[in-house]
Amino acid sequence: MSDRLPGFSTLAVHAGAQPDPTTGARATPIYQTTSFVFNDADHAASLFGLQAFGNIYTRIGNPTNAVLEERVAALEGGTAALAVASGHAAQVVVLQQLLQPGDEFIAARKLYGGSINQFTHAFKSFGWNVVWADPDDIASFERAVTPRTKAIFIESIANPAGSITDIEAISTVARKAGVPLIVDNTLASPYLIRPIDHGADIVVHSLTKFLGGHGNSLGGIIVDAGTFDWSTGGKYPMLSEPRPEYHGIRLQETFGNFAFAIACRVLGLRDLGPALSPFNAFMILTGIETLPLRMQKHCDNAKAVAEYLAGHPAVASVNYAGLPSDKYNQLARKYAPRGAGAVFTFSLKGGYDAGVSLVSKLQLFSHLANVGDTRSLVIHPASTTHSQLDDAAKIKSGAGPDVVRLSIGIEDKEDLIADLEQALGA
Amino acid sequence: MNHDAYPDNYIRGILNSVKSIAMVGASPVNVRPSYFAFKYLMQRGYDMIPVNPGHVGKELLGKPFVASLSDIGRPVDMIDIFRNSSHIMPVVEEALTLDPLPKVIWMQLGARDDAAAAKAESVGIKVVMNRCPKIEYGRLSSEISWMGVNSRTLSSKRAPAPTQGMRLSLNRMSVGGGNTAASDRAAKNKSEQS
Ligand SMILES: Cc1ncc(COP(=O)(O)O)c(C=O)c1O
Repeated sequence: MSDRLPGFSTLAVHAGAQPDPTTGARATPIYQTTSFVFNDADHAASLFGLQAFGNIYTRIGNPTNAVLEERVAALEGGTAALAVASGHAAQVVVLQQLLQPGDEFIAARKLYGGSINQFTHAFKSFGWNVVWADPDDIASFERAVTPRTKAIFIESIANPAGSITDIEAISTVARKAGVPLIVDNTLASPYLIRPIDHGADIVVHSLTKFLGGHGNSLGGIIVDAGTFDWSTGGKYPMLSEPRPEYHGIRLQETFGNFAFAIACRVLGLRDLGPALSPFNAFMILTGIETLPLRMQKHCDNAKAVAEYLAGHPAVASVNYAGLPSDKYNQLARKYAPRGAGAVFTFSLKGGYDAGVSLVSKLQLFSHLANVGDTRSLVIHPASTTHSQLDDAAKIKSGAGPDVVRLSIGIEDKEDLIADLEQALGA
Repeated sequence: MNHDAYPDNYIRGILNSVKSIAMVGASPVNVRPSYFAFKYLMQRGYDMIPVNPGHVGKELLGKPFVASLSDIGRPVDMIDIFRNSSHIMPVVEEALTLDPLPKVIWMQLGARDDAAAAKAESVGIKVVMNRCPKIEYGRLSSEISWMGVNSRTLSSKRAPAPTQGMRLSLNRMSVGGGNTAASDRAAKNKSEQS
C-alpha cells in the first residue's frame, strides 16, 4: 500500500495499536506486569545498554503505555512520546532534561494554577528559576531572555480563562534565543490545536483532561517534535554529552530526531520514577478513540453556553475566545478553527458572593477541581485552584475573586443552560 | 528521489532486498552508534562487513575489519556510511569503482551529500541519506514502537509473532499512519544552513 496519510479520527482509533500476535486480541491488552523476561544474558545487556528496543521493567516502559505513547505522538505530529503518571510529572521530567541548577526558563504568566505553584516553589528548590512573561505581550518574552535561559513554556489555550496564546510568535522568540518551545496542549488537545505545526519543539499534556476525557484516570505525556538541535554549544548536556549512566552514550547522536523522548525515558522516568499504570494507559487509550467526537461536542456546547451567559443580566462579562466579541477571537480563528475549547470563565455582577451562591445552586454541574470531563464542571478558582496565589497574581492569571470557571461537558446543551438559568435566576 | 522524505515502500524495499552490508566507519567501541547499528543488523540476519582502516587485524563481533571497500573482495549489496557529510564523497567515488556496483548507498543519521547522492543515482544506485537503518528497521517492523516512537504505520492485521527471541519481521503489512513533517523540515533547514 502507498503512504497515504490517514485522517485525525483514523489515527485516534488505530495509531500505535495492532492485534496481539499471540491471541489476536483486538483491543490493546493491559500488560499488568512489573517486568519482562530476557531471552539470554546478551539480550539483557543489549536492552540495558540501549542497544536494542524492548521491555525491561514497567518504570522504564510497558507495552500498553507504548501504544498510548505512539498514538499521541501520531496525533500531535511528533516523532515519539513518553507517558508518565500525571501532567505535573511530565513537566518535571521535561525540565530535568533541559535545566541545570542555576538555569532559567521563561513561562507565560497565564497558566494552570498548579503549574504556577510547581514552577514558583518546587522548581525553585531544584535551582530552576522561572521568569514570568505576559502571553499578551510577545516582547515581554524577548526581554526575559538571558544567557541562562534554557526553555520557554506556554499553554496553547490557557487555564482558567481559555485565552489563546500566539504560539507562532512565541516560537519565533524561542528560535532566536536558541531554546526549545514547550507547549502545554492540555486544554486544546491535538483535535483543536497541533502546536508542532506552529513551531513547538516539545508538547506536554495532562492526559487527565480531554484526552482521557472521562474524569477517571490521571496521566501525563511528553511529545518530542524532533525539531530541536540539541548539539549546539553544549547547552543541553543531558542530550549532547556522553552519559555516565550509559557508559558514555550521547543520546542525540544515537537516537537522532527522537533523542529528547529517549532522554525523558532513560534519564527522567527511569531515575525520578513517575511511571503511569498500564491500567490508566488503557483507560486513556479508550478515551482517545472518541476524542474527535467528544471534543467537537464539548466546543459546540461551550459556545452555546457562553452565548447564553453573555446575554444574561446577572453576568458582568464572559471570557470565551469563541465569542466574536472576545479579545482572543482572532487568535481562536487562526489556531483553533474547529472550536475554542470548553474551559472558560465568566464573572458575576454580584461578585464573590454571587459566585459562591451560583456554585451551590447548580444541580447538573459538578463542583470540583478538574476540567475536561464528559460531565460539566464548575469551580471558583480564587478560593480553590488559584488560592495559593496573592490577589495581584490571581487577577494576572485570570482568576480574580468574582470569576467562575466552567468546563463544559457533552450533555445536551439545553439542560446545561436550564441548570444555569435556575441557579442564576433564583 | 526526494531526499527530504522517503516513502516507506522505498525503505522497506531496500531493507528487504539487501543481504550484505559493508559499514564504512564501523567502530569497535560498544557505545558508538555504529557499533549499535552493526550489532542490530547482524542480529537481523544481514551479512555485515566492518570497514575501518584503523582497526585492520581486529574483529567486530567476530567479523574481520577491512581497510577499504576495494579490500572486501566480494560483491556487497549495500554500503552504509558512518562518516560526517564532509567525508562522504570519497567513499561514494570508491564505491563507484566496485564491480559489480553496490545496489544501495546509505548515509547515516546526520550525514547528507546531495552531489554524492546524484553521482550514485546516475549509475542506478539507490541512495538513502540522513537515516539510520537500525531505526528504519525497527520502525517498519514496529519494534521501535516499544520506545513510544511514532512508526508512522497502521495495521489491522495480527502482528507477526516474534521469532528468534524478540526479533520482529520486517514483512509487516501496514499503511501510512501519521507524519513527522515538522522534524523533516527542521532537518532540511539545518542541512541548507550548513
Ligand atoms: C493545563 C494543565 N496543565 C497541567 C495540569 C496538571 O495535570 P495533572 O493534574 O494530570 O498533574 C492541569 C491540571 O489541571 C492543567 O489543567
